[in-house]
Amino acid sequence: MKLALLELRRRPGRFAVIGTALVLLVLLMLFLGNIRSGLFLGSTGAIRIHEADRYVFSEDARESILRSEVTEVGLRELERIDGVADARGFGVSLLGVQIPGESEVADGAIGGYEAAGGRLPEPPPIGQGLADEGFQDLGLSLGETVLVGPAEVPVEVIGWIDDSNYLLQNGLWVNGETWRQIQNANRPDAIIGPDEWQIALVDFAASADAAATTAAIESLIGGDALDERDAMFAIPGVPEQNATLTAVIYATGFVVALVVALFFALLTLERIGLYAVLKATGASDGTLVAGLITQAVTVALISVVFGGVLSFLLGLAVPPEVPLVATVGQTVFTLIAVVIAAVLGGLVSLRRIIRIEPASAIGAGL
Amino acid sequence: MPSSPTHVSPTPAVQLESVRKVYQSGDDEVVALGHASLTVASDEIVALVGPSGSGKTTLLSIAGGLLRASDGTVLVGGEDITTYDQKQLTKFRGNNVGFVFQAVNLVPFLTATENLTVVAEMNGRGGSAAKQRAHALLEQLGLGHRKRNLPDQLSGGERQRVAIGRALMNEPGLVLFDEPTSALDSKLGVQVMELIRSEIKGRQTAAIIVTHDTRMTEFADRTVEIADGELLPT
Ligand SMILES: Nc1ncnc2c1ncn2[C@@H]1O[C@H](COP(=O)(O)OP(=O)(O)OP(=O)(O)O)[C@@H](O)[C@H]1O
Ligand SMILES: [Mg+2]
Repeated sequence: MKLALLELRRRPGRFAVIGTALVLLVLLMLFLGNIRSGLFLGSTGAIRIHEADRYVFSEDARESILRSEVTEVGLRELERIDGVADARGFGVSLLGVQIPGESEVADGAIGGYEAAGGRLPEPPPIGQGLADEGFQDLGLSLGETVLVGPAEVPVEVIGWIDDSNYLLQNGLWVNGETWRQIQNANRPDAIIGPDEWQIALVDFAASADAAATTAAIESLIGGDALDERDAMFAIPGVPEQNATLTAVIYATGFVVALVVALFFALLTLERIGLYAVLKATGASDGTLVAGLITQAVTVALISVVFGGVLSFLLGLAVPPEVPLVATVGQTVFTLIAVVIAAVLGGLVSLRRIIRIEPASAIGAGL
Repeated sequence: MPSSPTHVSPTPAVQLESVRKVYQSGDDEVVALGHASLTVASDEIVALVGPSGSGKTTLLSIAGGLLRASDGTVLVGGEDITTYDQKQLTKFRGNNVGFVFQAVNLVPFLTATENLTVVAEMNGRGGSAAKQRAHALLEQLGLGHRKRNLPDQLSGGERQRVAIGRALMNEPGLVLFDEPTSALDSKLGVQVMELIRSEIKGRQTAAIIVTHDTRMTEFADRTVEIADGELLPT
């Protein structure tokens, strides 16, 4: 073990190639992970912001917010179910948002909501709205009035809200009446009635039996009552995006294991003589393998540090349109994945090390 | 088994009784040693000479627990290692035998001192005691000024002396040398042999020294000849 670390310290040049390769792979893993987080969080803010226990879709909606339709009456009926504390109406429209003084129309997700809940305060008065902080980067200031959609419905921005986006479009949060006004002016083909919402956000009573309450909701509505996770993954594109990036991240982790395996397999070949002498003088297989694994893990850990720093710097350099979000979870996952890959890669040389004959140190048995 | 203190004569360092070694190479069997018997006293230096391929290295490997005999009994320091498995042999070697190989094989990224202490560490005896012992050994071997040098900063003779120090590091009862001077010129070879003799004699340790060079045998107490895997009567 000490021998292994000494070699790393005395001959860092020998490990420069694998170190560089691992730094780049770690950077790639972190970058992909941060994009995955960025895409995921940027797509699902409008769900997570409600912090509801169940997201209830109508019968024919097939878990799509845009296809779903619940009425005021339906909401009040939901509230009468045993275990339901309250039900709030929610709907969303994807429309362009013209910020005063900006030449380009920004993408917006106009969220209409019935009542305070989760991170949302009481709905603003008619004609006013809360804008996602993402709009700040696009030139919007508090107190300005934006024009929504081709019909240019005015909404005065009276406050900011964080992490509220839907499908990577910046959230603009208004009350039900304003939302319907915007939707109906811009989408005469899809008129929303005066007491209609798209989905119901249901909060459970503290004593509620989640399974039983969910079943009661579904039998009343005839549609699906999803928890937050399922509701996020019901957003079109989100599962595909997530699965694709996850697959690429795992593939990169596999490449890490492969690179480590190849490097240490070659190193082991080079060290056959050394290992034989060490075995002859009393070193056990365990000691030698532990030394190799120590080197693999140490190189991996150093690479994670350098890769992490590079990833941070890269994050500063990329334009804000690239949805990068670095999360502690993602970073810890990368660290653990790279270390595990390094251990597995190092273990590939196990058999070869065990098979080295100590007698070969003296030239016999060759 | 360890010798009991009531024995009058000290336990021999090595007792080989009708040791046979057969190598399997493909379908062929190569008999490298046939019924070799040899006893080396606890403070004796034996030179083993014989032509190439006669089984010298094989005999040395078996006596040092690097190889297992195909047949016969091997006692080292009274300990019967004939039936030891790889793991037991590894531990046995670390504690009881020192090797000096023909190819010196020092750890290239360790200093002279560290090349000695690493042997102690591998066998769980590191620490400052090991360091002191390594320094003392290097002083005795005339390498006091070379303690901090890496192997590639040392001459061939100096490297061989470090290797001797490494073999003595764990205070073994038996030190095995396989052609320790073959890579050195004859003047240096004689110097190294003198050094080996004084180190071994000064420690009351046993040694077997394999050599091609009959001039080196004068440094041994006894010379044993081997030909075609058979030890010749002296
Ligand atoms: N692994 C092996 N497989 C097959 N035959 C072997 C093996 N190792 C050694 N031999 C054979 O055993 C015999 C003895 O070999 P050994 O190495 O002991 O000889 P040696 O006396 O040390 O020779 P040298 O002076 O050349 O070093 C030789 O015929 C050799 O070819
Ligand atoms: Mg030989």
